[in-house]
Amino acid sequence: MTGTWTREHLLGIEPLSVEEITLILDTAVQMREIMDRPIKKVPTLRGRTVVNLFMEASTRTRASFEMAERILSADSLSIQAAGSSVAKGESLLDTVKNLEAMTPDVIVVRHSSAGAANFLARTCHSRIVNAGDGAHEHPTQALLDALTLRQAKGRIAGLKVAIVGDVLHSRVARSNIHLLTKMGAEVTLCGPPTLLPQSFTSLVSLNWHFDEAIEGADVVMMLRLQQERMTSAFISTLREYHAQYGLTLARLKKAKADVVVLHPGPMNRGVEIASEVADSKSSLILNQVTNGVAVRMAVLYLLLGGGRE
Amino acid sequence: MAQALLIRSGRVIDPSSRLDTRADVLIENGRISQIGPGLKARGAEVFDAAGCVVTPGFIDLHTHLREPGREDKETIATGARAAAAGGFTAVCAMPNTTPVNDSASTTRFIVETAKREAIVRVYPIGAITRGSNGEELSEYADLKAAGCIAVSDDGRPVQNARVMRRALEYARTFNLPVIDHCEDLDLSKGGAMNEGPVSVAMGIPSAPAVSETIMVERDVLLAEYTRSHVHIAHISTAGAVDAVRRGKARGVRVTAEATPHHLVLTDEAVRAHDYDPVTKMNPPLRSEEDRQALIAGLLDGTIDAIATDHAPHTTEDKVCEFDCAAFGIVGLETAFALCHDGLVVSGALDLTRLVQLLTAGPARALGLPGGILEKGRPADITIFDPSESRKVEPESFRGKSRNSPFVARTLVGWPVATIVDGVIVFRSR
Repeated sequence: MTGTWTREHLLGIEPLSVEEITLILDTAVQMREIMDRPIKKVPTLRGRTVVNLFMEASTRTRASFEMAERILSADSLSIQAAGSSVAKGESLLDTVKNLEAMTPDVIVVRHSSAGAANFLARTCHSRIVNAGDGAHEHPTQALLDALTLRQAKGRIAGLKVAIVGDVLHSRVARSNIHLLTKMGAEVTLCGPPTLLPQSFTSLVSLNWHFDEAIEGADVVMMLRLQQERMTSAFISTLREYHAQYGLTLARLKKAKADVVVLHPGPMNRGVEIASEVADSKSSLILNQVTNGVAVRMAVLYLLLGGGRE
Repeated sequence: MAQALLIRSGRVIDPSSRLDTRADVLIENGRISQIGPGLKARGAEVFDAAGCVVTPGFIDLHTHLREPGREDKETIATGARAAAAGGFTAVCAMPNTTPVNDSASTTRFIVETAKREAIVRVYPIGAITRGSNGEELSEYADLKAAGCIAVSDDGRPVQNARVMRRALEYARTFNLPVIDHCEDLDLSKGGAMNEGPVSVAMGIPSAPAVSETIMVERDVLLAEYTRSHVHIAHISTAGAVDAVRRGKARGVRVTAEATPHHLVLTDEAVRAHDYDPVTKMNPPLRSEEDRQALIAGLLDGTIDAIATDHAPHTTEDKVCEFDCAAFGIVGLETAFALCHDGLVVSGALDLTRLVQLLTAGPARALGLPGGILEKGRPADITIFDPSESRKVEPESFRGKSRNSPFVARTLVGWPVATIVDGVIVFRSR
């Protein structure tokens, strides 16, 4: 394993170097092995405390962090707080300052505001892991996607990746754009212009037509479409959205024969992805979930001193 | 009456009278009594202005004094002190207070409080509609009689074109300019910053420039149709500048102001400040193309004035998640230094034009007294040192709030003294 980890926080993929990303992925490979053991527990983080502060609904990500913490023997505490800080009465900053007064080692935070993790890293003294902030970043998701792709394809460099759907509101897309382009993949974004504005060309190329964007793809990464996008005039109907931007078996045939399909979940079957694709051999969706635990184990391990020479 | 005051050896610039010369200025009985070289006045206090520039007092067309209602953010007294420290001898107070300044009694409260507590002149602006609800017109005759110099629903812009049309028509009767914060609230809904590559990269909900431009186009057309005067507040987009320029060329009575922050910053500052809401204001910081269009508008006269949009907020309103934070930054105390440092030192604007945009420009735009140095006129005078280099330190702000993205920036060119009615109300040395 090369490289050392020196960062206090994991706020996003954008600031990371290729070496840092590789270090996390290599560490995650070792963590992944622990998960296949009969006794899935190591004492690595015994005596360490992690707070999972989820200010926005989450099942998968929170469960994944909790699982990672348990396997590494960290003590953890999960807080699910609904609503924005303003609505709640107590500010996010006060909530976090109170939590850190209980001396946890790491605070994992999910919040609906872009930049919430950056804000906390700036104003608090805890180590912060961003578990998703508004439409900004979701770094552990991009890392688990990368680990999944490395397993399936043996590499990331040179892969043709189409990221499809509601890119505008997607932190998963943004973290993946940064990660995949840093690692040398060729990324094309796809979605209707209402959900994929022209400004994204400042980051990476885009195509508003799925049938073109998917041609020759090694990887198709589908994004969740929140149903309320229909009432706010981003799309016409779910039926037409599925016809234009849904991943069906027929459409998947335009990609490479060994194409793989990713989806960060939760899926809307019949909207952005047809069940026949989600449950097909091309789908790595459940591998992503398994790898999520390994990646989060790696991140917590590195942040708490592992990998320091 | 105050003691006589002799401002000695400054470079006197008065754009209206095309004056730019080394001279003394003598003030007696609160009025300018002489401007010329080598003046003598026995018993007069002497202010040595060598190395400094002496100009008409700056006038800010766009200030939020927060009183009545949010005295925790600013009061008429503290806002006036901030103004004086920024070289302003007069400020126009926006009506989005609590209650909204939509009645003569609230206007009178502001006028009387200012008379008692403010060290600079305060010109109230009344609301266009009652409660700034965008529906029924307020009582313009009463507002004017009580002291309002214009009407505006700043912060809660009039969306209904029919109401705006009626407001323009009715305001004309009383010779009141209508100041509009131009924003189509449907287009800008949810936006916390400018829409473009930076918002896309940061994932912050955004408002497109066209949400401002479309309303400026509307207002220019309505002002043309009603032959009334519309003043565009804090213009910030290239399209809006173009709309005003075309309107002026057709003879429409349209004037416009731009803020120092839109003239020196772009939305890249939001990224540079790493989601700190000190860069969050409305209109939001725009693109470099927009910023260049504003500077072009200053140069060709499309934009009439520089105005601060001084918007004080409490720490709680600004130290939080970006999209939860209040819009606005304080501006009075840094306005001149920012414009001088960012526009004059960099060569984009000459000093005389900058002075004009802070004095005669705003006075003429809204028909206010002042903005000129002339024998016999009330002595409202600003003295600044164009070579003073100083760091922006919020601890030294006279205003109550600290929400500025310019903290710790070193700027060149600062006000050193502010004189209202012949009395020195601020001096830094």
